[in-house]
Amino acid sequence: MKSVLFLTLLIGGPVFAQDDLLSKLDGPATTRPVSATFKSTRLLNGQSVETVKAHHLDFRISHRFDRINKGAEELFGLDYATVRLGLDYGISDRFMIGVGRSSIEKNVDAYLKYKVLQQTQGARRFPFTLTAFGSVAIDTRTPNQGARFRDFQDRTFYTGQLLIARKFSERLSLQVAPTVLQPVSSTEAGTGSKVSNETRGALGVGGRFKLTKRLSVNAEYYAVTPEKNGGADRETFNPLSLGLDIETGGHVFQLIFTNSFGMIEKQFLTQTGGILGGRWEKGDIHFGFSVTRTFSFKKQSTQP
Amino acid sequence: MKSILFTLAAIGLLGLTSASAQLLSSTSAQTSFFSETPLENIVANNTKVKAVLNPANNQVAVRMEMAEFQFPNKLMQEHFNENYIESEKFPTASFQGTINEKIDWSKPGTYPVTAKGTLDIHGVKQPRTLTGTLTIEASRILLTTDFTVQPAAHHIQIPTLMIVKIAEQIKVTNKVEFNRKS
Repeated sequence: MKSVLFLTLLIGGPVFAQDDLLSKLDGPATTRPVSATFKSTRLLNGQSVETVKAHHLDFRISHRFDRINKGAEELFGLDYATVRLGLDYGISDRFMIGVGRSSIEKNVDAYLKYKVLQQTQGARRFPFTLTAFGSVAIDTRTPNQGARFRDFQDRTFYTGQLLIARKFSERLSLQVAPTVLQPVSSTEAGTGSKVSNETRGALGVGGRFKLTKRLSVNAEYYAVTPEKNGGADRETFNPLSLGLDIETGGHVFQLIFTNSFGMIEKQFLTQTGGILGGRWEKGDIHFGFSVTRTFSFKKQSTQP
Repeated sequence: MKSILFTLAAIGLLGLTSASAQLLSSTSAQTSFFSETPLENIVANNTKVKAVLNPANNQVAVRMEMAEFQFPNKLMQEHFNENYIESEKFPTASFQGTINEKIDWSKPGTYPVTAKGTLDIHGVKQPRTLTGTLTIEASRILLTTDFTVQPAAHHIQIPTLMIVKIAEQIKVTNKVEFNRKS
């Protein structure tokens, strides 16, 4: 009996202490932000809740080709392409600015994006990330061929958006995006046909599913309120996009199949369709891609 | 007889409590790692590393949250957490071991030391003997170690495309400062 107790004290004690040493490091659980809800600042055509991190610059080159149903002669649309070149910069980890220029309508766009709420895990859990987005797009064409502008205001178009997303798991993230669209012009530049400058709304839904660590499938759909005074000649459709995000170190490649030709909110939300069709079921699908290269301007952290 | 047993048990328990009372701990130890290749150097720093030292039996334990590693390039930080170290699945890395040398903890000076124990990174435990330097001062104890980690040994997968950018041997440095308060 005595020896058993001694053994317990001599062996049991130290063994207990050894196993326990790491557990001495157990502190109160910490709260950590949920990172990488999406791989890029764009889900497909539209924005994602992600912002460029502080003092990082993204150079983004995007292309949309012509419709796949143009057939073999046009190499399934690859003979013709539009382009948008963009620079996105992180002022802070939550606040970013971006500028870009699209070949369509020679549009210059500028935007602000601010991560208002951040999904967190750990001690204090917050269920979603909320990012606010606001942009202005300016048609910079020389007035001719029906591109008529009475004044500068006629060239501008505003978009406001709330992006709400939740990373449900390592693989699955979903996003909804209530959107307000406000054209300033009362004359549709380009076609010259009369359209109203009514405020329109849109609701985006989308998400990503990661197939592997570096490859995800994305989908995005926007329901846009119909134009009250829209002409029958410019029937528009809601943009639906499917794509892949491929990540290789400092680059993200986004491949996209979509029924819209434009790459900014004004274009893919209000101009999908028209003479380009815009019907998925008829094969009015544009292939496209974006390549993003990230540069860090953050100073190297000092070493201990 | 019974009372002797009780006394012994009581002394034993006292011993345990006093031993635990002597534990030295830190929550602001620093761990850095460096990956050097001709194409790219990667550096990251964690200043919220927790460490505990038991001078009574030379045991030492260190643990860190992988998500607390700060990279100058945030994209690298995201990839480190998402693609390589998988900090959702394996949130911490740790070392627990025993300092082999006999140390007189009351005698100030600088001593080379080795510690034998278990290194747990990415959920894979490896028996390791780490070498370092122990500096004993009246008010504090400083423990530093430099060692290398092979990502492959801890089942950290590096895609073929990235092999030229990530070193096969990652240099790790640790610095712990224990304050001795009486």
